Amino acid sequence: MKRSAATRRRVTRALTYALAILVALWVLVPIYLIAVAAFSPQLEVYRFPRPLFPDPFSIETMAFFLRSGGVMASVRSSVVVAMLTLFLSMLIGAPAGYAIARFVFPGRDVFRLIVVSTRAFPIVILSIPLAVSFIEWGLYDSVYSLALMHTALALPFTILITSSVFASVPRDLEEAAMTLGCSQFEAFLRVALPLALPGLAAATLFTFVLSWNEVFAAVILTVRNRTLPALVLTVLDESPLPYRFAGGFFMLAPSLIFMLFIRKYLFNLWGRVTK
Amino acid sequence: MAEIRLEHIHKNFGKTVATRDVSLTIHDREFMVLLGPSGCGKTTLLRGIAGLDQIDSGRIYIRGRDVTDLPPRQRQIAMVFQSYAVFPHLTVYENIAFGLRMQRVPAAELKKRVGDAAELLQIADLLDRYPAKVSGGQRQRVAVARAIAVQAQVLLMDEPLSNLDALLRLEMRAELKRLLQEVQSTVVYVTHDQVEALSLGDRIAVMKAGEILQCDRPLVVYDHPATDFVGGFIGNPPMNFLLGRVSGDHIAAGGGVFAAPSTVRTALADGQTVRLGVRAENIEPLPTAADGALAGQALVVEPLGSHNLLTVQVGDERLKVNARADADYRPGQPVWLCLAPDKIRWMDPVTGRALG
Repeated sequence: MKRSAATRRRVTRALTYALAILVALWVLVPIYLIAVAAFSPQLEVYRFPRPLFPDPFSIETMAFFLRSGGVMASVRSSVVVAMLTLFLSMLIGAPAGYAIARFVFPGRDVFRLIVVSTRAFPIVILSIPLAVSFIEWGLYDSVYSLALMHTALALPFTILITSSVFASVPRDLEEAAMTLGCSQFEAFLRVALPLALPGLAAATLFTFVLSWNEVFAAVILTVRNRTLPALVLTVLDESPLPYRFAGGFFMLAPSLIFMLFIRKYLFNLWGRVTK
Repeated sequence: MAEIRLEHIHKNFGKTVATRDVSLTIHDREFMVLLGPSGCGKTTLLRGIAGLDQIDSGRIYIRGRDVTDLPPRQRQIAMVFQSYAVFPHLTVYENIAFGLRMQRVPAAELKKRVGDAAELLQIADLLDRYPAKVSGGQRQRVAVARAIAVQAQVLLMDEPLSNLDALLRLEMRAELKRLLQEVQSTVVYVTHDQVEALSLGDRIAVMKAGEILQCDRPLVVYDHPATDFVGGFIGNPPMNFLLGRVSGDHIAAGGGVFAAPSTVRTALADGQTVRLGVRAENIEPLPTAADGALAGQALVVEPLGSHNLLTVQVGDERLKVNARADADYRPGQPVWLCLAPDKIRWMDPVTGRALG
């Protein structure tokens, strides 16, 4: 009996790992192949069978992509939009997250629900009326309107992440600061904020990547001031393979790096406490 | 003169009453202990004095000034939290200096006062460390040093010893007593540990269900509990209770007869029941029958080193009795109990209040 239970546990474990590895490969293999193609000379892209390593290693393909028409300008637009989004969503989201984490107020749970449910409206539906509004306000085809849109998209995440970050700072600490001569705001600045900073940095990274990758609103709301994903998407059909691989890698990289940094906070957010 | 005056403090949390019309005056430099079981409102009262929670009604005066509507920082208080609440992102030095920096104390004086406080708590060698790198007991010392450094005239402590292990708690208790005599602040100290209350307090306010049942010097609270709850809550073992009946100038209880004091005779009519309270150390167990002793039977014998604790069945009731360590009692053996007459307390069985 005992032995069979142990065996069963081992089998379950092996299956779990096998499945996890399969899922990981499913995601990682294409990313790896994209990276290989992006760092091989342009003509290597057409070779078959596919090489497993960039041979020879070259940044020619990446350089070609970055020099292509409009790419640098759209990278600049992407960065501007992402920075604005980051700034705006932190400005609005962090205080909201703090409020949810610290204060019991009437309708707190409803508010939390509403925050999440805004994501239930597909961006496809939101974009058209927004585009109309932006045209009316004379904000159409500008990085500012897109930043506003991205802020709206990022806010639910920003609020939820920051509230979980602030909730992890014990309330006692701020109260202690208040008995030691701080006003509520000073207690926040001197105690809660420094302790929450790593988590807040994670939240800003998240916002940055969200904006960096967002394509649908970008395509609808901009014409000449395209962000990188919007540009790549519209020229994809008529561009050569090396361009696609290099572009794909360039857009992937920030997300990968970001994931590495904020893994811990995402686990916390999903209820898994990792120490 | 840091006198604290609480007038008719009332506070609800939702529908539950945390404190009910509490009035209390804490004298200058007094060590006041708020004692009671969890949920009795003692922490609510302390947080009310600190200004961390708003009270629903009533006024709070510190040094004669109405601070009811002032934030904590304008009340000139310092507080030690149950969780210590030491700032993890600051070194021990900066933790202790925190309140002084907020007061913009000049650099030289700040350094001296941090040093003094650290010296007093014997943590001078830890000043450069971060809280994560010191033990729980040391973190507690940091919390106390931080509160003492600001030299507030009112020091509030919320179960500061409850997170320490038993041995450390014993040591820290004595040290706190020494320390707080030195700093000469008015101290309000919340605890649910009756031993702590007895050993530290100048006065103890025993609370239950949001009300103060009794506020007096430790020995008075111990010897003359105002209600049966106080008698049962304070002391280890708790006070023993027997049900008796008044008949003329006598009271029959536990198979024995006691003279009824005038206070009982005026409060209760003939034939009414009355509750007798007596502490374990005021009952002398005898192996043979004696005049006026209650007959009982030993149920449990617990050797505690310094003495033996007997559980004795008397009629329908059980009494805890202290016997000498060398007294040889066995379970099942008949025991006669001699109650010290001047240590017997009489209480109204309905209200629980002491008579006289």
